[in-house]
Amino acid sequence: MAASVQSQASRPSGVNSIGLERSDYKGLPTTLCQGCGHNSISSQIMAACFEMSIKPEKMIKFSGIGCSSKSTAYIMSRSHAFNGLHGRMPPIATGALLANRALKGIGVSGDGDTASIGLGHFKHLVRRNVPVVYIVENNGVYGLTKGQFSATADKGQVIKSQGENPFLPVDICMEALAANCGFVARSFAGDPRQVKELIKAALAFKGTAVLDIISPCVTFNNHDESTKSYTWGKEHEDALQDVTLVPVREDIRVEYEPGQVTSVEMHDGSKLVLEKLSRDYNPTDRGAALALLEEARSRQLLITGLIYINDEQPTLVDVQEIVDTPLALLPAEALRPSRQSLDDLMAQFR
Amino acid sequence: MTERNPASQATAPAIVNEFSMVVATVNGSGSQTANVSLLRALFRMGIPVSGKNLFPSNIQGLATWFAIRASAKGYLARKETADILISVNPITFAEDLAALAPGGVCFYPENTSQPLSRQDVIYYPMPIQQLVKQIDPPKALRDYIANMAYVGVVAQVLGIERQEIREALNVHFRGRASAVDLNMKMVEAAAEWARLNLTKQDPYQVRRGDGTRGQIMIDGNTAAALGAIYGGVGFAAWYPITPASSLAEELSEYIPRLRRDPESGKVTCAVVQAEDEIAAAGMAVGAGWAGARAMTSTSGPGLSLMAEFAGLAFFAEIPVVIWDVQRIGPATGLPTRTSQGDILFARFLGHGDTKQVLLLPGSAAECFEFGWQAFDLAEHLQTPIFVLSDLDLGMNAWMSEPFQYPDRPMDRGKILTAEDLERLGAFARYRDVDGDGITYRTLPGTDHPLAAYFNRGTGHDETATYSERPEDWEGNLKRIWRKLEHARTLVPGPILQPVAGASIGLIAFGSTDPAIREGRVLLEAEGVRTSYLRLRAVPFSDEVERFVRQHERIYVVEMNAGGQMRQLLQIEYPDQAAKFRSLAHIDGLPLSAHWVAEAVLAEEWRV
Repeated sequence: MAASVQSQASRPSGVNSIGLERSDYKGLPTTLCQGCGHNSISSQIMAACFEMSIKPEKMIKFSGIGCSSKSTAYIMSRSHAFNGLHGRMPPIATGALLANRALKGIGVSGDGDTASIGLGHFKHLVRRNVPVVYIVENNGVYGLTKGQFSATADKGQVIKSQGENPFLPVDICMEALAANCGFVARSFAGDPRQVKELIKAALAFKGTAVLDIISPCVTFNNHDESTKSYTWGKEHEDALQDVTLVPVREDIRVEYEPGQVTSVEMHDGSKLVLEKLSRDYNPTDRGAALALLEEARSRQLLITGLIYINDEQPTLVDVQEIVDTPLALLPAEALRPSRQSLDDLMAQFR
Repeated sequence: MTERNPASQATAPAIVNEFSMVVATVNGSGSQTANVSLLRALFRMGIPVSGKNLFPSNIQGLATWFAIRASAKGYLARKETADILISVNPITFAEDLAALAPGGVCFYPENTSQPLSRQDVIYYPMPIQQLVKQIDPPKALRDYIANMAYVGVVAQVLGIERQEIREALNVHFRGRASAVDLNMKMVEAAAEWARLNLTKQDPYQVRRGDGTRGQIMIDGNTAAALGAIYGGVGFAAWYPITPASSLAEELSEYIPRLRRDPESGKVTCAVVQAEDEIAAAGMAVGAGWAGARAMTSTSGPGLSLMAEFAGLAFFAEIPVVIWDVQRIGPATGLPTRTSQGDILFARFLGHGDTKQVLLLPGSAAECFEFGWQAFDLAEHLQTPIFVLSDLDLGMNAWMSEPFQYPDRPMDRGKILTAEDLERLGAFARYRDVDGDGITYRTLPGTDHPLAAYFNRGTGHDETATYSERPEDWEGNLKRIWRKLEHARTLVPGPILQPVAGASIGLIAFGSTDPAIREGRVLLEAEGVRTSYLRLRAVPFSDEVERFVRQHERIYVVEMNAGGQMRQLLQIEYPDQAAKFRSLAHIDGLPLSAHWVAEAVLAEEWRV
């Protein structure tokens, strides 16, 4: 089925159940390239939070370093944000969310951040089941440093400056599943409806929710013959390597139904093949989820939708057995044991 | 008596409560219980004592030495030569025996095949296997219990009270009676054997004294953990590394006892064993930013990994406490040997223009004190506070005054609440409202539309918005440096021991304090009078400058190769730079008083 491409949906007016308007969820104007998939995801994060009536003040945004990580500045200015170090979003989020268990955490990272420099931290965050929505804006390239291969780039992909990528990509959903993630989903930035619904589901999940969102890079997506493949003329390739020329593009939009496969044309004319999980897919079977990802890999297509869910696992906050009051807000009397306790303790060291 | 024991030795005059003893064992043989019991029993008898474990980086099988120094005079630095050897390690027996002081004493297993080659030494055999058989401990515990045999024999020969060994075991096993009883059974049996079979020939005697009244004995890492707990630590992350691991492990040990909410039964501090030191630092930074009192603890190789987050926390102005229990480097170095080699690295940890605040505890009591004060400083200054301990201070048991309860309320620093924001009507995270370089912060979750800011490691203006404007960069960094300049008035000042008319000043810090104090007495006997200043923090307070200006020559004594603290002092006081002489020495062992005195004298003879 052909994808139907449309312009950005208009926003309904009005207020949500806590009396906030959509504008209360706004961030700074984006400085990412026009048409960047990340901007589309930002819109859906804001829409999801608005629709779920999450108070911006009760949310923390986390990010690492890279184009994707910058995007937390372009959403919800009324939420505190920690834009940390390349690949190190997971530890920061872990510490902050243990320090204040009352806050909702949302992390926005990229494929360089998550699948390369921070892969270890990512897997350990998942393994600990830190309560956070972890979005990977996955474009297969390093945008901010001008177009090097990332660890999610497809084998055989060609970049003029680096030649052909000889390595198989890291599958972020597979890594999350292997680390026992309780919420694994994949989507495509050009499918705003699905992105938003998955973000809403992730926000409702109590543990680590990983969303791997394929997010086309409008400037450096000069791939060839891959899952994010296209055929690209030589003359265009040169132009794309020139970062002083950033093409102004429309957001790519796609709509397709569960169970369907769709092919979508990227900015550069390349084709991306998506298969939306059908309504009768059972996402609670971990073995089936792993098999599904393996099958998708062999068929060279991207499965989108909720791949796996298991909300029975205790979160890191649960296993810590910390008090209900956020640790960051405990008064001094709760933090400093009594004088008598120290005297008693000293007697034990005589 | 066995036939190997020399038949007759002239009995010398008694030497009471003044000796050094080394126990040579094999790592992983369970000798730690035996050694710390001897140590604490002496302490409980009122004899000032120190114990230093010289152990290998190995789980089982390599040689380990435990050095105990008892000194009625209170000199507790490492001594280079042992008066008494307890050898249960045949591999090192020959070298241990050769290193014994003239006329020393040697306790050895009676079935040894090693030659008792020295004629000047007094030998006591110990039938360890026979004694173990006699009490027949559970098989799994046999090797551990066997060590208590030498405790019993030595206690009998020297006069260490068995009741105090029992009390020491009680502390060691945290009151587990079955463990105490089993170990004591071995001690009693061995002591009784010694009473019936050995004739006292050596001059060393232990007699109850009055030198430890009111004191405690504790290792620096436990002291640091307790300090953090009384300082209100709310979050700690760590990654296992010698010699810092026990600091975090003691946190986990004591938090359920000291920081449990009586109503819910839940604790008020989270402890996470991270996947590496990068993550440990990152978690602590995240928690510190979110408003918990956050810390991590590590040693050199871990500190290297933490450099990235240290720079971020410095620049984004996030309170966090980082303990560095120093071991010898560079590289993996010697994981089980002590050092003061991270001074310069910690001071400038982070790329670009970073300057970090260092605290330098010199005793177990200061590990406790700085353990809580570090959080006040971190939150007041909104910057990382590094506490530089070392393996000797951190892992060995030290005598100490009982810890003083914090003498002031917690300083949580400049934090704006929702009410403050409502009243003020505006908020800029990095605006220097008070002129001291310290700006106001809000905590995530503050319920006000003005509360949020975008915390970042990138260049920013007063509102924490990304900025590449030259004046923003320069103004921001200068303000941070001004803040750190102000830190010198807040950090713990030096401990001064001035001597009127002395032209020589000694500057040292950390665990070398006992060696310096005893070394000064040795120097005094040589007619060399010295003033002494013990640094407790970097940046230096004004007293340091006065001390430097008041003395003709300043010897900076430290356990590293390059004279790192001397370099910092020379940077700080460039017009005084020629005064500083470096007495920097590192071989992995704690400094001895003898070395300190010799090093000063060698320099003085050159003057």
